Amino acid sequence: MTEANILRRKKWRMTGVMIVLIVLTYGSAAITKFNIIEGLFAIPSTLAWMINNLVPSAETIENIPKVLKRLWETIILSVIASTTAAVFALLFAILGAQTTQFNRFFGFVARFMASIFRNVPVIAWALVLVISFGHNVVTGYFALFFSTFGFLVRMFIETIDEASSDGVEALMATGATYFQMVCKGVLPDTMPQMLSWIFYMIETNIRSATLVGLLTGTGIGYLFDLYYKKLDYNMLGLITIMIIAVVFIIEFTSNKVRKVIS
Amino acid sequence: MTTIVLERQPLQSAFTIAPEREQTNTILQLTNIAKSYDHKSMVLNDINLSLQEGEFVSIIGQSGAGKSTLLRCINRMIEPSNGKIIFDQQDITSINKRAMRQQRAKMGMIFQHYNLVSRLTVFENVLHGRFGYKSTMQGVLSIYTEEEKRLALSILEKLDMKDQIYKRCDQLSGGQKQRVGIARALVQEPKLLLCDEPIASLDPNSSKVIMDHLKEISQSMGITVLVNLHQVDVAMRYSDRIIGLRKGEKVFDDIPKQLNQLAIRNIYGTSVDELITE
Repeated sequence: MTEANILRRKKWRMTGVMIVLIVLTYGSAAITKFNIIEGLFAIPSTLAWMINNLVPSAETIENIPKVLKRLWETIILSVIASTTAAVFALLFAILGAQTTQFNRFFGFVARFMASIFRNVPVIAWALVLVISFGHNVVTGYFALFFSTFGFLVRMFIETIDEASSDGVEALMATGATYFQMVCKGVLPDTMPQMLSWIFYMIETNIRSATLVGLLTGTGIGYLFDLYYKKLDYNMLGLITIMIIAVVFIIEFTSNKVRKVIS
Repeated sequence: MTTIVLERQPLQSAFTIAPEREQTNTILQLTNIAKSYDHKSMVLNDINLSLQEGEFVSIIGQSGAGKSTLLRCINRMIEPSNGKIIFDQQDITSINKRAMRQQRAKMGMIFQHYNLVSRLTVFENVLHGRFGYKSTMQGVLSIYTEEEKRLALSILEKLDMKDQIYKRCDQLSGGQKQRVGIARALVQEPKLLLCDEPIASLDPNSSKVIMDHLKEISQSMGITVLVNLHQVDVAMRYSDRIIGLRKGEKVFDDIPKQLNQLAIRNIYGTSVDELITE
């Protein structure tokens, strides 16, 4: 085939893809009666409403300690859920990683279980668990624990397989035992990357914990829900800003720590 | 690919060793070793090989000729499909994992990519060579005896690595990393050193340093050294004996002097001039 033909074919293919995309967009907008122009024109008035209502007033500022107390609960919950999930995830990842699995069957089971836990969204876990555990902090803990566990197993397996197969071969050749190989060959090279993932999960879980709290009635989510139903928009604004601030602080510190340990 | 021209060793020529061979002990005896991954094509076919104490033997052959597989069949990192391995007067072909671990402790291995734990220090990596002699707990908790630490220090000193002891391995150059690899193998107090293309990732100067160390090890410590090599000229210069592999079969096994153009053509399917300019 000549050069010109290949180029022409590529152009036609691109045109085809564009047409399909446009048709899909228009089709779904027509079905749902969604008007993108109207939506765009609504933005300025929405912004004006937000500025009028969501900016915290002087009296809401007095409520900061109350918000902080609930926020603290949420932070602690996500730290506990992330760290405990990480311990279990490490065990499963060692079972599931190609370089460290001692049995193909267990490796498959570990990866399969992690995949199930990972693919159920945290909100679905919360909804299911709230039925059995009720509206308390345990529900929130398990919902975060399960989704974090699933995600971390996946990330730890990738970290182990990427970082350590060379060292593993050398240690096995010296006559090292399995646990010597894992503790001295795999963990030293993978620890910083794994810690990095744990920090990332703590950040993510603070955001998720807010959402889960809405459902389970705990932490900052509970407070958010309360003021939302009271139509106290000033307080809502305050809570939102404080959540954003906390996530920023956590992200900043975790970046610092990651730099130091790597 | 660059040619590595190394200075000729003034020490010992190949044929002074040949008559002595009968008197020394056989350290490794391979009989009919074969390996196939898919029951169709043979990676190794009917390899017979015996190594004497203190011998320096090179294996040459094209990529894919089975050099690495042969080396790993000796310490059973790869299980041979067929054949018998006698190492240090003991049949290790089908001994269990625990017994094999003890035998592996007596065989050091050196790799093309050094295979160090890069975030640990030189000293820690060298001491990993003692794992084969330790219980799991001793290894996991890094409990080493005074003698073991002294041994590691003296070996590092001998390899000119004393100043780098507390450096992390990811801060070392390639040649230094390979010397750590050698130190880790030597701290095992091995009887046999298996070297899988030890200089394939190194520059000419570092290559010479590494090969000189390996030669020195076989001569002064009486450790048998078996090296996979890509460079025919290096093999000729350093070896007491050269093994040629072609498509999993041993097609040459003699002193370097006998490795003439015809033999090289037989191993590689080309003449040596074409090889070097490849």
